[in-house]
Amino acid sequence: MIRNSTKILRKGLKISVLQLVLILTFNLSGFAASEEGGSKTDFILHHIQNSHEWHLATFGHTHISIPLPVIVYSQDRGMEFFMSSSFKNEHHEWSEHQGYVIDEHDHLKPVDESRSIVDLSITKNVASMLVSVILLFLVFISVSNRYKKNPLSPPKGLQSLLEPIILFVRDEIAIPNIGKDKYMKFMPFLLTVFFFIWFNNLLGLLPGAANLTGNIAVTLVLSLFTLFYTIRHSNKNYWVHIFNTPGVPWWLKLPVPLMPIVEFIGIFTKPLSLTIRLFANITAGHIIILSVISLIFIFNSLAIGPVSVLFGLFMNMVELLVAFIQAFVFTLLSAIYFGQAVEEHHHEEGHEDEVGKAAA
Amino acid sequence: MLNPESGLIIWQTIITILVLFVLGKFAWKPILGALKTREDSIAEALQAAEKAKEEMANLKAENEQIIREAREERDQIIQSASKAANEIKEKAKEEASEIGKKMIEDAKASIESEKNAALRDIKDQVAELSLQVTEKLLRKNLEGDKAQKQLLDSYIDELKLN
Repeated sequence: MIRNSTKILRKGLKISVLQLVLILTFNLSGFAASEEGGSKTDFILHHIQNSHEWHLATFGHTHISIPLPVIVYSQDRGMEFFMSSSFKNEHHEWSEHQGYVIDEHDHLKPVDESRSIVDLSITKNVASMLVSVILLFLVFISVSNRYKKNPLSPPKGLQSLLEPIILFVRDEIAIPNIGKDKYMKFMPFLLTVFFFIWFNNLLGLLPGAANLTGNIAVTLVLSLFTLFYTIRHSNKNYWVHIFNTPGVPWWLKLPVPLMPIVEFIGIFTKPLSLTIRLFANITAGHIIILSVISLIFIFNSLAIGPVSVLFGLFMNMVELLVAFIQAFVFTLLSAIYFGQAVEEHHHEEGHEDEVGKAAA
Repeated sequence: MLNPESGLIIWQTIITILVLFVLGKFAWKPILGALKTREDSIAEALQAAEKAKEEMANLKAENEQIIREAREERDQIIQSASKAANEIKEKAKEEASEIGKKMIEDAKASIESEKNAALRDIKDQVAELSLQVTEKLLRKNLEGDKAQKQLLDSYIDELKLN
C-alpha cells in the first residue's frame, strides 16, 4: 500500500514538472502576443475565469481551442443553441451572433439590452465538471465493484489508494464530529464532496484545465448543499441553541434579541465562509503559479527562467498539498456543522452519563 | 470574478445532485458496506482466535490433569501389583516351607517307623538266633564237652562273620 502511494506521488511529481514545461511552451507565444495588447493581469485573470470556449494554447496568431455549446434561455425566444465558435470573428475575437454578444469579460449578453436571458451554456467550467464527474464515476464504480465482488480480500491497486482516504473521511472527519450513531446518513454527502473537490482541485492544476473549485459559483453551490443538509437533518436542540442559546445572560436575549440575531446570521455565515475559503485558496494558488511564470515576461529576461521554474515547481508541490487540504477542510467543517445540527441535548447526555456510571 | 454566474450555479446544482445520487447508490453504499463487513469479520476472527486460545489453554490444563491422573493410576497399579507379587511370593515361601517341614516330618516319621520295624526285626532275629543258639547249645551240651566247646567256637566264629 505504501509503495503504491509513493509510486503515485512520484507520478504526480512527474506530471507537475511536465505541466510546468507545457505551460511555459504553450503560453510563450501567448505571452508575447498579449504583451502587445493587455497586461499580465488580464492574462492571469483570463486563465482563472470561466469561458464560453476551452482555450488550450496559442501559437503566434493561431489559437487552439475547443468550441463549446452556448445555450440561452429567454422568455421571448425560448431555448436557443449555438456553438461558441460562431461568436468568433476572423481575428479570433468575440463578436455578435444572432442577437447575442460575448463581451470582453466572457459574459453572454443580448444585443437588445431590454431583453433578459439566462445563460445555460456548457462553459469551460461546466465541461470540466462533466469530465471530473465521468472520472469520479469511472474510478469509484470500478472500485466499488471490487468491493462488491470480494468484500473480505485486502485492497488492491486503485482501491488501496482510495481506501485509506475513505476510512480517513469516515474515522477522522465523520465519526468524531457527528457521532457514532448518526454519521452514516452524512457519509455519502461527505465522501462525494471530498472527492469532488479533491479531484477538481487536482484537475485544475493540469495545464489548460479549468479553475473549477476556484470559481465562486461552484463553491457557493457546494456550501449551499452543506447548508441544506444541515437544516434538513437539524433537530429541535439545534434551533434552541440558536434562538435561546443556553449559558448566555438573559439581557443578551431580551428585550433586544442580540444573541439570537447573531446566531441566526451564523447559520448563513458558515456556508459563506466555506464558499470563500475554497474559492480564495484555489484561485490564489492559480494566481501565484501564473504570476511566477509571468515574471519571466515582465522582466523580459531569460535569466529569470530557472528561478521561475524552480519556484513554480515548488508552488505546484504546495498546490498538490493544498488540493488535499482544502478538500479536507471543506469536508471537516461540513461535518462539524452537521454534528451541531444533530447534537442531542447536553443535559440528557449528562444524565445518560450518570446512568451509565450508576450501571457500571 | 466574485459574481457567481447563474448558468454555472444551475449546472453545478444539477450535476451535484446527479453525483450524490449515482455515487451514493453505486459507490458509497457498497464500499461502506464492504468496509463494515470486512471490519466485522476481522473483529469476529480476532474474537474467535481469542476464544480458540482460551479453549486451547483449557484443553492443555485438561490434558495435564488427565496425564497426572494416569500417572497416579499407574503408580497405584504398580504398587498394588508389587504388593500382590510380594504376597504371592510370601505365600509361596510359606507353603514351600510348610511342605518341606511336612516332608521332613513325614520322612522322620517313616524313618522312625522303619527304625522301629528294623529294631523289632533285629530283636526278633536276635531272639530267634538266641533261641537257635540256645537250642543248638542245649543240643550239643547234651553230646559232650569237647564237642560242646568246638561247637561253641564254631558258633562264635559264625557270629563274628555275621
